[in-house]
Amino acid sequence: MKIIIIGNGISGITAARFIRKLSDYEITVLSYETDFFFSRTALMYIYMGHMRYEDTKPYEDWFWDKNKINLKNARVEHVDFTKKALTLSSGEKMSYDKLIIGTGSASNKFGWPGQDLERVYGMYSYQDLEAMEKYSEGLKRAVIVGGGLIGIEMAEMFHSRHIPVTLLVREEHYWNNVLPLEESKMVSRHIREHGLDLRLETELKEIHDNGKGEANAVTTNKGEKIECGFVGLTAGVHPNVQFLKKTDLEIDKGIVVNEFLETNMQDVYAIGDCAQLKSPKEGRRSIEAIWYTGKMMGETVAYNVCDRPVKYDPGIWFNSAKFLDIEYMVYGEVPTKIPDTMGTLYWEHPDGRKSIRINYDKNHGHVLGFNLMGVRYRHEVCEKWIKEKTNIENVLQHLGLANFDPEFYKQYDRKVVELYNEQTGKNLELKTKRGLAKVLSFLNR
Amino acid sequence: MNIFNKVGLALFVVALAIFTLSLGLDGYTFKQSKLEVDEIHRNSILEAIQNQDIEGKKFSNSFDYIHALRKMFEEATTIQEEKAKTGIPEDLQEWQFNLSKDKVNNYVLSIVKSTGDGIVSNNKVLFWWLTIGLGIIGGLIYIIPTFFKIPGIKNDHIYHRSMQKGLNLSIRGFFLGATIIGILLYGVFYMNKNWFWPAVTLVISGIIIALVLFRRNEKEHEPTKSASPPDVTGWLGVITGIYLIGFYILLYWVPEYIVPWIQIADPLKQLIVGTNADRWFLYGMLYTVIVLTMGIRMIAKYWHNKYQILRTISVMFFQTCFAFLIPEILSKLNMPSMDLKNIWPLNYSFFFDYNISNLIQSGGFGIFLLVWGTLLALVGVPVFVYFFGKRWYCSWVCGCGGLAETLGDPYRQLSDKSLRAWKYERFIVHGVLAFAVIMTILTLYTYFSGASRIIGLDSYSVRTWYGFLIGSAFAGVVGTGFYPLMGNRVWCRFGCPLAAYLGLVQRFKSKFRITTNGSQCISCGNCSTYCEMGIDVRWYAQRGQDIVRASCVGCGICSAVCPRGVLRLENASGDIDDRAEELRAVHISEDEVRLLS
Repeated sequence: MKIIIIGNGISGITAARFIRKLSDYEITVLSYETDFFFSRTALMYIYMGHMRYEDTKPYEDWFWDKNKINLKNARVEHVDFTKKALTLSSGEKMSYDKLIIGTGSASNKFGWPGQDLERVYGMYSYQDLEAMEKYSEGLKRAVIVGGGLIGIEMAEMFHSRHIPVTLLVREEHYWNNVLPLEESKMVSRHIREHGLDLRLETELKEIHDNGKGEANAVTTNKGEKIECGFVGLTAGVHPNVQFLKKTDLEIDKGIVVNEFLETNMQDVYAIGDCAQLKSPKEGRRSIEAIWYTGKMMGETVAYNVCDRPVKYDPGIWFNSAKFLDIEYMVYGEVPTKIPDTMGTLYWEHPDGRKSIRINYDKNHGHVLGFNLMGVRYRHEVCEKWIKEKTNIENVLQHLGLANFDPEFYKQYDRKVVELYNEQTGKNLELKTKRGLAKVLSFLNR
Repeated sequence: MNIFNKVGLALFVVALAIFTLSLGLDGYTFKQSKLEVDEIHRNSILEAIQNQDIEGKKFSNSFDYIHALRKMFEEATTIQEEKAKTGIPEDLQEWQFNLSKDKVNNYVLSIVKSTGDGIVSNNKVLFWWLTIGLGIIGGLIYIIPTFFKIPGIKNDHIYHRSMQKGLNLSIRGFFLGATIIGILLYGVFYMNKNWFWPAVTLVISGIIIALVLFRRNEKEHEPTKSASPPDVTGWLGVITGIYLIGFYILLYWVPEYIVPWIQIADPLKQLIVGTNADRWFLYGMLYTVIVLTMGIRMIAKYWHNKYQILRTISVMFFQTCFAFLIPEILSKLNMPSMDLKNIWPLNYSFFFDYNISNLIQSGGFGIFLLVWGTLLALVGVPVFVYFFGKRWYCSWVCGCGGLAETLGDPYRQLSDKSLRAWKYERFIVHGVLAFAVIMTILTLYTYFSGASRIIGLDSYSVRTWYGFLIGSAFAGVVGTGFYPLMGNRVWCRFGCPLAAYLGLVQRFKSKFRITTNGSQCISCGNCSTYCEMGIDVRWYAQRGQDIVRASCVGCGICSAVCPRGVLRLENASGDIDDRAEELRAVHISEDEVRLLS
């Protein structure tokens, strides 16, 4: 059995690793980005000098030979799904028995004038990183368009080299389309505290050409022209499926897959950012371009490819990120606008860089979600509470179980309990403090 | 760099320059009257002085002076040997009567110390301030602004700096090879032209290399995540490494060339104990000053992290009080002086006959020290490691660890993370532990039986070789000199027998582990990069496994630099084997092919 995987990102590589665990199929992974798998999420650290490219590779180079996973640096030009054959840009043809497509994302462009000029880049691929590096020399200002997780990373990168940054963000507060208001305000504040020029409720109108095909300024929707030597486009990503658009493969925004991650073509699967679920789980989006779902899809598809069918189920939502110096973690339901049926308990540290939010069902009292800024909570514990529909008061009294901050860090769990008492007139007490032994017995219960 | 950084750095560079140049500023005038030698040697030495005609002679630099002194002592040695032929006083052994190499070294050092004449030896206090004092002030000015930055991880540009980015494989190989060959060649000389132990060491090194490279096709496992990518070499780091290596070579084996530095330390020693400094006081003073200053840097860098602050204060405290002040005060009180936290087998001379005799003879307190040291090594260590992991010692108390965590912090990213390096590590560090245990058994056998030869081995030469190879060359020259070349824990990781012993307890019987936070890992690699012990932390974190590794010193930096809050240092015995050995960040149960929920 010959398996070909297009894309050596986290989903493709996870698929390859699990297929190898489950079978002795011949596995080939194709990519034209880099020879070896690296952690995309660490690109920013290479630019900032925290790590070198080598350090972002999760496996040593000999790992792939040892596990008989062929890596091939090649670009796929065309796929013939009926003949089960690929054509590479070199002209070489390859055939497969089963094909897994994990081509990831490309940065969004919304038809802005000048969006295809030189010195205009997203921050997604290794090539984007090289471009940033190339244009950083002597750069006077960078303008970053779009306020999401990649936008803040790009801003932090330039900031680390003392290059002034202007961030154009459409929302009223940073990432306000995902984060609740208070957290969103905190991030905006923190960005400004670092001396970055954050322009909220501001959109890109046009990117100007310096006459040599390079960007040298932008105009905002407020009519202001900002001189800059680099424009970062970080207004989200979309599935990278352009090269498959003229085939019979069913594509909507992404490659449409069923719950077994199968496409409409026989023996063809799609995973990760480029896959669009036909019927996503309730409350979940059809395309979730995040690391963790890519990893879960990679694992799931491996079983399906190896004829051990299992439905894709991403479980309870979780994610994490870092906004400059503020770590962010989320478990379960944390909507931007809290609906009437949902109670929310929000505690914020006076320093304005830490907060804990716990959402719960107002009618039944069980916890629904956790949102943490600058505080670390345990994944397994939060997940178990949410899954078992644990009552908010039970959770609060044992909140220490979730605390994952380093030893000797101040514990704020009691503050959250006090806040709840204040809001409800109850008299709960924090019964369980931080500690692994208690956590293990809770998890094994 | 802001203005504070620039001023601080400039002052530090000036201090370092004065410190280095001070070695060549003084002249020397030989005066017989300053001679402090044993009576039995005096006449031969006086005769040699007369023959060489150096009384009252002026020397403008230490090289000529030491050369003339050595020539004079060579002659004195010959004269003494001639005398030995005509008969040795009855109460003396031949080796006591003859002018041994060690004796000559001591005489040379003491003469150079007492006959210096120049700007440094006449202005010791001034020079203390111009070198050590100015260095501290410069360092602090450089460090202070960090306290006022927004709290967070400050690793920007580490790999852009010539001082911190490490060196490429060929230059690293050159340093390693040259150091090993240099140490073994010098070792032959050190062991009085007896090549037996250097040869044994060479053979064992060869066996270890063969075991690592040729077993199971390891040669094909070309390291990817080694500290040495092909295209970078930070020359500032290389120069710093050479400087440190040079310092240790001078300190251990030719201290007569660093007499001005020892003299700079005199006033402080006078203040504390009331005598003049020796080279070990100089070393202790520099060590403590560096741990304190760089400790403040560490605290500033991790001002947001309470674990790091407490841990750093702890190593600063133990270095200042336990390693530096208490032994000085004890010797002032005429008590046996000992670093109370320096545990066998790191403190390899603890069970040497002279140490045991000395402790027993000095009465109650000496006996207490003997019992304390023995109990700590045999009971204290395993019990503490069981509860807290080896970190209680390695990154909270130990002096070597203290230096590594303060002076060495800027170099922690240079440790080699490859699987191959891990294989070398296990052979070498456990090899040193075995060497230390065998050496100690032989020494104790000699102590109790009085016989110095056991199964053809001479226990004295075994321990001399251990002291040279492990105690001085590995722990000092390589241990600290290699900070900018191979990371700050080269000694602790590859060489320390106590770390190996603690590690075995930690690996097999301890509550300590680093837990990983469910599936939150994004495989970015910050944890592995900043692990000073070269543990590929990410390998475990991305699989959701708890990390139980013999080498982990529990510095907590992996947890600090993790951008996703994945790692936590914890103590609890529950489930430790399952959680450390299973692939845990899985989503689907392999046996039944169902979702794990």
